[in-house]
Amino acid sequence: MSASQNSSGAAGPPTLTRRGFLRAGAVAGAGLVILFRIPLADAEAEAAAALEPNAWLRVAPDGRVTVWIGRTEMGQGVRTALPMIVAEELDADWKDVGFEQAVPAEKYGDMGTGGSTSIREMYAPLRQAGAAAREMLIAAAAAEWKADRAACRAERGAVTHAASGRQLGYGALADRAAALPVPKDPPLKDPKSFRLLGTSPARLDGPAKVDGSALFGLDARVPGMLYAVVARCPVFGGKAAGFDAAAARAVPGVRDVVAVSAGLAVVGDSLWAARRGLEALRLTWDEGALAALDSAAMWAKFAELAAAPGAVAAKRGDGAAALSSAARTIEAVYQAPLVAHATMETRNCTARVTADACEVWVSSQNATGVQETAAKVTGLPKEKVVVHLMYTGGGFGRGHQHDWVVDAVEASKAVGAPVKVVWTREDDTRHDYYRPPSYNVLRAGLDAAGQPVAWMHRMVTPGILAQMAPQAVREGVDPTSIDVAANLPYAFPHFQVELTLHDPGVPLGWWRSVSASQNAFVTECFLDEVAAAAGRDPLDLRRELLAAKPRHRAVLDLAAAKAGWGTPLPAGRGRGLAVVESFGSFVAHVAEVTVAADGSVRVDRVVCAVDCGQLIHPDLVVAQMESGIVYGLSATLLGEITLEKGRVMQGNFDDYPMLRIDRCPAIEVHLAPSGEAHGGIGEVGLPPIAPAVVNAIAAATGKRVRKLPVRAEELRGG
Amino acid sequence: MPTFRLTVNGKPQTVEADPQLPLLWALRDHLGLTGTKMSCERGICGACTVHLDGEAARSCQVTVADAAGKRVVTIEGLGNGRLHPVQQAWLDDQVPQCGFCQPGQIMAAAALLAANPDPADADIDAAMADVLCRCGTYQRIRRAIHRAAGATKGGGR
Repeated sequence: MSASQNSSGAAGPPTLTRRGFLRAGAVAGAGLVILFRIPLADAEAEAAAALEPNAWLRVAPDGRVTVWIGRTEMGQGVRTALPMIVAEELDADWKDVGFEQAVPAEKYGDMGTGGSTSIREMYAPLRQAGAAAREMLIAAAAAEWKADRAACRAERGAVTHAASGRQLGYGALADRAAALPVPKDPPLKDPKSFRLLGTSPARLDGPAKVDGSALFGLDARVPGMLYAVVARCPVFGGKAAGFDAAAARAVPGVRDVVAVSAGLAVVGDSLWAARRGLEALRLTWDEGALAALDSAAMWAKFAELAAAPGAVAAKRGDGAAALSSAARTIEAVYQAPLVAHATMETRNCTARVTADACEVWVSSQNATGVQETAAKVTGLPKEKVVVHLMYTGGGFGRGHQHDWVVDAVEASKAVGAPVKVVWTREDDTRHDYYRPPSYNVLRAGLDAAGQPVAWMHRMVTPGILAQMAPQAVREGVDPTSIDVAANLPYAFPHFQVELTLHDPGVPLGWWRSVSASQNAFVTECFLDEVAAAAGRDPLDLRRELLAAKPRHRAVLDLAAAKAGWGTPLPAGRGRGLAVVESFGSFVAHVAEVTVAADGSVRVDRVVCAVDCGQLIHPDLVVAQMESGIVYGLSATLLGEITLEKGRVMQGNFDDYPMLRIDRCPAIEVHLAPSGEAHGGIGEVGLPPIAPAVVNAIAAATGKRVRKLPVRAEELRGG
Repeated sequence: MPTFRLTVNGKPQTVEADPQLPLLWALRDHLGLTGTKMSCERGICGACTVHLDGEAARSCQVTVADAAGKRVVTIEGLGNGRLHPVQQAWLDDQVPQCGFCQPGQIMAAAALLAANPDPADADIDAAMADVLCRCGTYQRIRRAIHRAAGATKGGGR
């Protein structure tokens, strides 16, 4: 995984050093196939890579347009938005457009889907390929009619010659167009003339998702397939010390019990048999080095470490001196807990390993990594591993690991048959790669006039890259820990962010919006505390400190206006706001909450304003804002993974609950595209929701929540 | 193993299985009807919702023995070869994101509308709170249920 998971590291425009690389496919009768290249996200890797096509689109003789999709569809809409970009330049009729899922291969580079990067990296090459195909189709029609090329135009899947009224559909032209030279630098449309981009056509994955025909990893069925369940040590990193599989093997339908890296796999004719076998398995664990992991001890250690300075991650002016000379200082400690991903689809993988080949059917955010993992486990070269990327029942970052792929490939290899491994919900909750916990000490200084002059943020957290790729940590700073904190947009003349990395050993991973999620909570809440100390309205103070940040201010103003900021609310209700830039987009939320006498919090309404640069499919943007808000509300109000004796104490949706429809607020999303470069959408709705809600709770009750999730007992009574 | 007869999507089916086998597993693994999803296996999340004799039921909590002799309808059979008004409304409001929970959502919504053709938001929240969605499609679910209710009545709203 690259550092592009961190939004501050992925803001640059896509590399276009190899712009103009377009080729036609050469299969007679296949229609018009354009091969093109989407540059690898890593510019150095792209410069070193062979100049090979890694993407294609096809206009078939029946008029169907198919666009290759090298990314995972996990609800965010790439299977709709990416084909739209091609269809726009191609002037295709949307009803003729479809997609095909790419199978990973070396030349395709990293098919990982994360960091809200798909549109940002693929927009330019997809447009160019669509434009090339359109020019070839027009040229083919002009040649057929012996007409002037300039008198012919493409529209909705056909080329017309206005003077003579002749028209030919793309399907009829496809084979002829394929014989023509591919234009090197085809003219792109003026965005003002876009007909499809900026509209919200039906999602291409919609029909399969309402009639039950969409096939997820869990739905893969392979002839002769066996099922496996894996007994895993309840403590991270523990191993089976000894086992007696006799009773398990005696269960009808159990075929074998085999050792896998994660523990012991019970393999049966059916999932039912494998589960019964697992219940009969007797085993003892060597719990290993993490058997004493404990949440209370973890937080105590973080607090102890926060007493000493950390590595400086960002600095402006002299924060320490400014604090000591400030007329007034405020200080607060903020804590964001471990949280799990809890996708609706639990981990599962189907693998068929033979002596010279391996096939894998899986839901994943990183098909390339699945291929590499299966190759490593089997010892086969990568090109002998075929990965069938299935619909993914929620990604949210969990799909970047491959631990469950290892289970299935090892089990299939051991028993010599296709094997489907299915995790239980409890397995999924207790063996996640969690969002890192973070402990934060915030200090701010006000001058004699009450003006904020200093901001000091000291953070103690285990870094994700510090755990999985420590070479990426530079001078004590993990770039994936500091998003939103180190690039705080507010104009404090003296500003410092310090980071102390400390890893208790819990497996860590990418959780939707990564460190923006914790750091937006911490910084946007503490900014409200600064405003309160200065006797300022939180909106007014933000506007002042964001004078040089027009995109922040624009979404803030829009959300505040639409929410009726400053208008009175009944007792027990409050309004709070937050504004966050992440993954190249700007989002402000205003939350309205009701806090009951028993301390329970109801979020009544969320008003969102988003500037994601330019719009591809506005309704997908709205859907992703709704999604980020609801996912973030679950974490804000309900989510915490705790550890005792090395064990995760939560298991299923009863003790690790999620927001249900009856607690879902009314959500209004207002789009405020700025015309700037495309920003991400999959993650950016999430970071501002926790602080908006917590600030609203403070407005309603006068009580400041500094530790998530929000707990009713802390808000009970007056 | 004993044999159980049930009617699934209007067709008689026979399942040879342990009587304790959940209906969910019989549908998915024995009958190949994978549209019904497995997620919590404890009756908490609603992803496995089907209709049992016309009522919404969590198929992970019903044994194949208990389902014997009953009429089971799954997402594959809901529209009887066409799109059910709830499915059409789901498309019109672009409800699905990842899509995994949606068969359960749609089956729960169809059962709600069969019992209450014009539910208020509070009725929707009460009936649909049993079905979890991690992508946060709840607001669209409310909207789509109202749309389907309008379509069923033959009027717009």
